[in-house]
Amino acid sequence: MNSSSILEVRQLTKSYPNGGGSLTVVKEISFAIEAGSTCAIVGPSGSGKTTLLGLCAGLDQPTSGAVHLAGVHLGALDEDGRARVRNESVGFVFQNFQLLPTLTAVENVMVPLELRGQKQVRDEAVRLLERVGLGERLTHYPTQLSGGEQQRVALARAFINRPKILFADEPTGNLDAETGHLVIENLFALNASLGTTLVLVTHDMELASRAQRVIRLKGGMLVEPETAVAH
Amino acid sequence: MSFDPSPRTFFSHLFSSWTWLMAWRDSRASRRKLLFFSCSIVLGIAALTAIGSLGSNLERAIEEQAKSLLGADLVIGSRQTFTADEEQMFREIGGEQSRETSFSSMIYFVNGSGTRLVQVRALEGGFPFYGVLETEPVSAAEVFRGGTGGALVEQSLLTQFNAKVGDSIRLGNLTTRIAGSLLKVPGETVAFATIAPRVYLPMPDLARTGLLREGSLVRHRVSFKLPAGVDATKLVETLKPQLDKNRLSHSTVEDRKRDLGRSMDNLYSYLNLVGFIALLLGGVGVASAIHVHVKQKLGTVAVLRCLGGTVAQTFAIYLAQGMALGLFGAMLGAAMGVAIQLALPRVLGDFIPFTFEFHTSWWAVTRAMTVGFVICLLFALLPLLAVRRVSPLAAIRVSFGSQNGQRDPLRWLVAGALAAGIVGFALTQGRDWRVGLGFAGGLGVVFALLAATAKGLVVATRKFTPVTLPFTVRQGLANLHRPNNRTLLLLLSLGLGTFLMVSLFLVQQTLLTQLISSDSKTQPNSILFDIQPDQREGVSNLVHSLKLPILDEAPIVTMRLISLKGRAVESILTNKESGIPNWTLRREYRSTYNDRLRDSEKLIAGEWHAQVTNDLEVVPISVEDGIAKELQIGLGDEVTWDIQGVPLKTRVASLREVDWRRVQPNFFVVFPRGVLEGAPAMHVLVTRVGSADESATLQREVVSKFPSVSAIDLTLILQTLDSILTKISFVVRFMAMFTVLTGLLVLVGALVTGRFQRIQESILLRTLGASRGQIFRVLFVEYAALGLLASLTGVLLATGAAWALSAFVFKASFAPPVVPLLMALFAVPALTVVTGFLMSRGVLNHPPLAILRAEA
Repeated sequence: MNSSSILEVRQLTKSYPNGGGSLTVVKEISFAIEAGSTCAIVGPSGSGKTTLLGLCAGLDQPTSGAVHLAGVHLGALDEDGRARVRNESVGFVFQNFQLLPTLTAVENVMVPLELRGQKQVRDEAVRLLERVGLGERLTHYPTQLSGGEQQRVALARAFINRPKILFADEPTGNLDAETGHLVIENLFALNASLGTTLVLVTHDMELASRAQRVIRLKGGMLVEPETAVAH
Repeated sequence: MSFDPSPRTFFSHLFSSWTWLMAWRDSRASRRKLLFFSCSIVLGIAALTAIGSLGSNLERAIEEQAKSLLGADLVIGSRQTFTADEEQMFREIGGEQSRETSFSSMIYFVNGSGTRLVQVRALEGGFPFYGVLETEPVSAAEVFRGGTGGALVEQSLLTQFNAKVGDSIRLGNLTTRIAGSLLKVPGETVAFATIAPRVYLPMPDLARTGLLREGSLVRHRVSFKLPAGVDATKLVETLKPQLDKNRLSHSTVEDRKRDLGRSMDNLYSYLNLVGFIALLLGGVGVASAIHVHVKQKLGTVAVLRCLGGTVAQTFAIYLAQGMALGLFGAMLGAAMGVAIQLALPRVLGDFIPFTFEFHTSWWAVTRAMTVGFVICLLFALLPLLAVRRVSPLAAIRVSFGSQNGQRDPLRWLVAGALAAGIVGFALTQGRDWRVGLGFAGGLGVVFALLAATAKGLVVATRKFTPVTLPFTVRQGLANLHRPNNRTLLLLLSLGLGTFLMVSLFLVQQTLLTQLISSDSKTQPNSILFDIQPDQREGVSNLVHSLKLPILDEAPIVTMRLISLKGRAVESILTNKESGIPNWTLRREYRSTYNDRLRDSEKLIAGEWHAQVTNDLEVVPISVEDGIAKELQIGLGDEVTWDIQGVPLKTRVASLREVDWRRVQPNFFVVFPRGVLEGAPAMHVLVTRVGSADESATLQREVVSKFPSVSAIDLTLILQTLDSILTKISFVVRFMAMFTVLTGLLVLVGALVTGRFQRIQESILLRTLGASRGQIFRVLFVEYAALGLLASLTGVLLATGAAWALSAFVFKASFAPPVVPLLMALFAVPALTVVTGFLMSRGVLNHPPLAILRAEA
């Protein structure tokens, strides 16, 4: 693995059983992402974007090929080992926010560190929530927050474990344009200040254009050439 | 990066404070629901707690009140007047002594002209030496002993005949007054008194009754209060050869404790098993509730896994919730059990021969809580295991659920542990492992049949609902097989409750009907017995004069066994390996002679001898098959009898099967004519009365003209049996109520868990233009179909079980009463529909938007 790569994907293929045969969703994809860089994965619906994201983040196992994340070969780990890698090195932002509905905003943000067994993490969670503008909403439950607020809580949660890489799956997909813009500003600002690698899955070409690099997918395969966006 | 792959152990996660904190946080929205679901195990645990405490209290009471359970240190009894040798033995035993002579006879209430068969007990001396004869007024026992005369009469008799203290009664030739009503005799249960109401007389009055004549069936008892320092058990060991030789029965405090302990153990085990059924049904309710809870939490689990939670960490959170739920249920159940135990002495009072104060047994409470907690946890684990198989991918792809399709070996392990737990519990409840296995197996069959019915219903409604049916009916039936349906759970809870209640009812009815069915136009229904030879003609004339038929007559000759197959009974009695029950060797046989078989008898082996000459050395006899098996004798075996002092050698010439249920004289041993005609005998006469009035007239006439003759009629047998069965069934129903109420809780729980889905469906239907009436009909069809099928399955299973019990245990013909069964068949669906609508209230009455907002 290249020493400057945070994520390296080699010949990645994912198939699902389908009737008598199998359906290949991701086919022989290879790429590497530099630490601290930003990258967008784009493509039409059903092109395999979310599947690729899941494989890169260790949420699923490939049918063949390999993923090296933060120097760890994910294929060599069992599910708990991959969970540990996620907890140590990965942050997530989901399209539908995925906040735990029974936890308050601050409790949601604390969870990744608490899963590590860390205590006294509330101050850090509060600091991050203040940074995304939710210092007054600490004890609100997700149902008491707007969509944009929920996504900002999700951002704070994604950054609390100082991840080496952050995966964002359609982070503005459930938000109106104005709110989406605010969330993206927050996302890039946090990313820049903490030096996190950012991998975005999106339909939104304007958002994709803010990434340093764009990977295009079609029918489960990379569309050549990749687009490198100059900033 | 440095990555440590070694996982923390599951238990370190389970007992970490964060896991419990997270479990607490996660339960915020569902805490009330979870607590409600834990209530389904509460009643089962309450029953086990109360019964456990009862068991431990009984044990303690038996220990503390041992002496008053017998009323004496030693009691020796005989069917014959004590001989001079025996009297000498009693004098040598010494101590304080009390005599009792008891027999059955008719009591006549002078004021109301009522008569009834009672057990007369003539008492002399200070019995009971320990404990008291409880009477009303309290002073009556003292007055009775004071020698001023009068009788102590069973309270139930006074109530039945509307008699009171001071009224006159007649026993044979004796007319005396009622000195007091008898409430309790040490060591005897109220249930026992129902079978044979007791009347105590002072011994000097016995002769004045004129009831004791040659051949009368009498029991003599002498009770001892032994001198200080004399050990009754050791004394009996010393006296045993003499007691066995004279066929004297004996009972010490230790014997009584052992016998009582055994019967109380049986009662305790039975109650415990019934309580356990309630707990198991509650467990099914918990499993169902956790199943729904886990389904709602799959998203949360997936997110936690995305954020780096391990399988053990996330599973520990939900297991902690399951444990908390079980612990809450166990604690609430134990508290309720402590309260219920205060009611148990009242419920079981008729079956416990002593009074005692209830103390909470903390050991019983702990044991019930542990059993309840473990059972609850095992049931909860079945659905909880699914948490381990939730993929983190489900957080980004909703359609990607858990890997439930794959087989999970842990599920089988938990199911196996549950089955082992049920069998283990059943096995610890009885001395006979076959009963334990039978209970567990029977329960398994009932559960399996109910589950199969539910499965069948789901498949049938999915595949065979006709499209021609109205929309509301189709929609209601579709609810039975839609995803996350509650069909299995509702069928289990309703079906099991119906099964228990209906089978109890059917068994009681079968036992009663068995007797009532013999009440046909030709069957005898009234028996006159203790007829002396010189009264025989007079009694026959009396019966004829009342225009009643004489359907059967038989002489009764009392006799005892001397030897079997050449071996003296005494030597068989001393051989503990013989396998012959002592009662069959010691008992007094009441045999008859006859030249023909009765309707109730069937020759099954050998040759019937109608008549023999009286110079035969060995007389051919016919022996009832059951007693022959007990005595281990067969055709051709020699049996020697002592017929009131005269030895008689006999040979088993035939074996008979006897239908003991018939109201007519039946005998273990029948002699041919020509042998016993000269022996002292009593006669029994069987007739048929057409009405209760005729029966009362017959009894009144018999008692007034032949005071020593006793009469018993079918009405009395039925009343007695009904009274006993009612008492037993009250206890059984009380316990079954725990299961039925648990079933109701599970029913409510199942409806609550399905409420959200139902509301969403209703909102959708109403948004699409469905009227309230249509929604009502959809719900009605669903609840009615569930209730009807559950009750049908429960009733069919109960009918099958009652038939099996009738055929194989009670050997009775089985004819289930149609009307009560139909009532049960429709009552259960009605209850389901009413409960369903109560749980769905609001769904029909509010505008869709308001409901949507409230439930969101």
